[in-house]
Amino acid sequence: MSKSNFTRRGLLKTSAVAGGATLAAPQFFSPSWADGHAGYLNAPQGDTVTLGFNVPQSGPYADEGADELRAYELAVEHLNGGGDAGMMNTFSSKALTGNGVLGKKVAYVTGDTQTKPDAARASAKSMIEKDGAVMITGGSSSGVAVAVQALCQEAGIIFMAGLTHSNDTTGKDKKANGFRHFFNSYMSGAALAPILGANYGKDRKAYHLTADYNWGYTTEEAVRTSTEAMGWETVAAVKTPLTQTDFSSYIAPVLQSGADVLVLNHYGGNMVNSLTNAVQFGLRDKQVNGKNFEIIVPLYSRLMAKGAGANVKGIFGSTNWHWSLTDEGSKAFVKSFGEKYGFPPSQAAHTCYVQTMLYADAAERAGTFNPCGIAEALEGFEFDGMGNGPTLYRAEDHQCFKDVLVVKGKENPTSEFDLLEIVEVTPAAQVTYDASIFGGELGTCNPGA
Amino acid sequence: MFGLSAKDTRLFFIVTGLVAFAPFLMNPFPTGSAMAQFNAGYPDLMQRFVIFGIFAIGFNLLFGLTGYLSFGHAAFLGAGSYAAVWMLKLLTINVIPAILISTVVAGAFALLIGFISLRRSGIYFSILTLAFAQMAFALAASVLTPITGGETGLQTALNDPRILDGIASSGGNIPAPALFGLEMRNSYVWNVSGWTFTFNAGYYLAGAFMIVAFYLSMRIFRSPFGLMLQAIKTNQTRLNYTGLNSRPYTLAVFVISGMYAGLAGGLMASMDPLAGAERMQWTASGEVVLMTILGGAGTLIGPVLGAGFIKYFENIFSKINSNVLHEWFAFMPDGMEDFIVTILYPFVGKGWHLTLGIMFMMVVIFLPGGLVEGGQRIANLFRRKKSQPSEADGAKTPAE
Repeated sequence: MSKSNFTRRGLLKTSAVAGGATLAAPQFFSPSWADGHAGYLNAPQGDTVTLGFNVPQSGPYADEGADELRAYELAVEHLNGGGDAGMMNTFSSKALTGNGVLGKKVAYVTGDTQTKPDAARASAKSMIEKDGAVMITGGSSSGVAVAVQALCQEAGIIFMAGLTHSNDTTGKDKKANGFRHFFNSYMSGAALAPILGANYGKDRKAYHLTADYNWGYTTEEAVRTSTEAMGWETVAAVKTPLTQTDFSSYIAPVLQSGADVLVLNHYGGNMVNSLTNAVQFGLRDKQVNGKNFEIIVPLYSRLMAKGAGANVKGIFGSTNWHWSLTDEGSKAFVKSFGEKYGFPPSQAAHTCYVQTMLYADAAERAGTFNPCGIAEALEGFEFDGMGNGPTLYRAEDHQCFKDVLVVKGKENPTSEFDLLEIVEVTPAAQVTYDASIFGGELGTCNPGA
Repeated sequence: MFGLSAKDTRLFFIVTGLVAFAPFLMNPFPTGSAMAQFNAGYPDLMQRFVIFGIFAIGFNLLFGLTGYLSFGHAAFLGAGSYAAVWMLKLLTINVIPAILISTVVAGAFALLIGFISLRRSGIYFSILTLAFAQMAFALAASVLTPITGGETGLQTALNDPRILDGIASSGGNIPAPALFGLEMRNSYVWNVSGWTFTFNAGYYLAGAFMIVAFYLSMRIFRSPFGLMLQAIKTNQTRLNYTGLNSRPYTLAVFVISGMYAGLAGGLMASMDPLAGAERMQWTASGEVVLMTILGGAGTLIGPVLGAGFIKYFENIFSKINSNVLHEWFAFMPDGMEDFIVTILYPFVGKGWHLTLGIMFMMVVIFLPGGLVEGGQRIANLFRRKKSQPSEADGAKTPAE
């Protein structure tokens, strides 16, 4: 694929290289192909279309990555007409027929992000340059998602963010080619604060432990802002490295600080370890300032609850989706996932499955895989039946707006998967914010060629 | 030619030819075929081959030639990357200032670390460099977050100043790093009867730098300065007893080696404008040690081969998932297919480290001189009649 996007300064525009690049174009964009399959990077030419699934297979988020990959494989199976079609039956848009996408069979390549922006970009680049992927999706870390999203914008590929919860992804680092279905830190804070106020009172002293990268920062900020607004005090906020596995040295000072609430802005393996450490130090049995010491985990997932075991009992947090939801979409997804893998899906799996479906549906409705066509089809798209109730893909920042779940670790789990109970479903209107509050510019969509 | 002996000139031309024709050599299989999985001729990986080649050539000057094993060389690579990205952000999107500044910054950084670390030799020197590199990593990952972007990494943005470019980014997109308008990610694709060859601007720029770097390292190997470095490696104590102060020589080579790493870092940032702290981590430092030993420490071409070998494994083997394996062995009966896939799976995909580890062990045990020694043994099979090569030069004699 020849990309002859020279800049205005194009000093070499007339040089041999540029000449060569122009000569190559007619050879590549043969007129025999339909309009929907030319004029953009990696336009699929055969009878298959390739998607790139870039997930962490090692590092602190490896569990989430493995579950994401399962969901992607399931989505591909459903798109190609295999299995019981899962959420395609409950999805409000009926453009998908189980005959691939735009008549092309869906193929995929996988890569390991290692939860490192550098490695993730290398892996995504090889998918784009070597395997000819038209869309990259995945990432279980906001640092990775932001880096890969920027790469996709530069290259001219659609990026469907997987599990990334930082405000930055569709805030200050938003990109025209990037889309996110998952909720964000701001929504977690807005949904959690009223529940925390009702359960723990309005005069608490909070101590934050925060993962040291963009997701940690925005989550800490969101929880601080929304809890301080109702009268809580923040005693201290300490950053911990993402690669940390033992948090005892961070937990010990909490006791001396006079705080009576510990907020763990950690995810995946980080959270499992920090929560376990905190419980081992006996924090939850302590009485501080005449109140029971409490722990909060702003972003929860079933995989984490499983990792932390009995320690999660009674701990509040928020989540994007939970398998125990009883709407038709969730039931259909849990059923087909469970039949294929033997256990219920996590929220990471859910968002990745939905993102793949939304992409395929947008391509089908747009009649092309051209990133600009996809973006147009997704912007302002309203849909239902994907497990979160009525959802809007906001055009201004490419963020989905939907209900947020506030959950609590179950006191008496009935099975090894039944670890969280839903405390409240916060309606979308309560967590919606103005698109401009985080800054950043969307830019214009880039089709690559 | 160019002040090289006839033999070195031949080696130089071989390397130049390899770099120039890599797009063909790396893509030996037709695009649609089952073997296309093993093609490595896509821009990103080819860029990595030459950039890590530069890194390893520089490391070899210090380790292979002088005998100082630095365990913290990635710090210079990272410092160079950060410097380059900042140049791209602040000054201009043109890569030339970025590459120059990255080399200078890494050189200055190496002067500082080398000045302290080189007071010791042997294992103490290695530990000191490792400690400094870990300090640099911790600083970049956390303390210096405003400068380095922390674990999120440093990237270019739409509203960067780019003072020399004036009102850039009018199109609503971040400009890509370019050489006077020629974007580094530009490629010319040549399709010939099933084969696809990609000629990438960034690759050829990095390739040109690698050829220059290789030439310089050749000249250093053959110079009186290089001889002095070999003397230091052979017996530093004896050298000191002759009344010679070896410190200026070791410091000079340490700085040169650091500048090579900085150049590699600057090129990496120029190809893809992102710098992450993990580039400074000890695993990255260890990787270049592996590259050099795998290829053949103390040889001229060895480090380049080692770098290519490791990068190939990292990028090609790691992408073979169980699905691909099932496709390969689909012709077998079901039970047998599953069995073979189960056996092979731990060695590919995310298990590529395992395969690499086994290869590394084999090389160290059976070919102590690295891949270069392997090549020599094969060559000797074909010309056993000829007299044994007599000269003990850098190209022939492996390290320990």
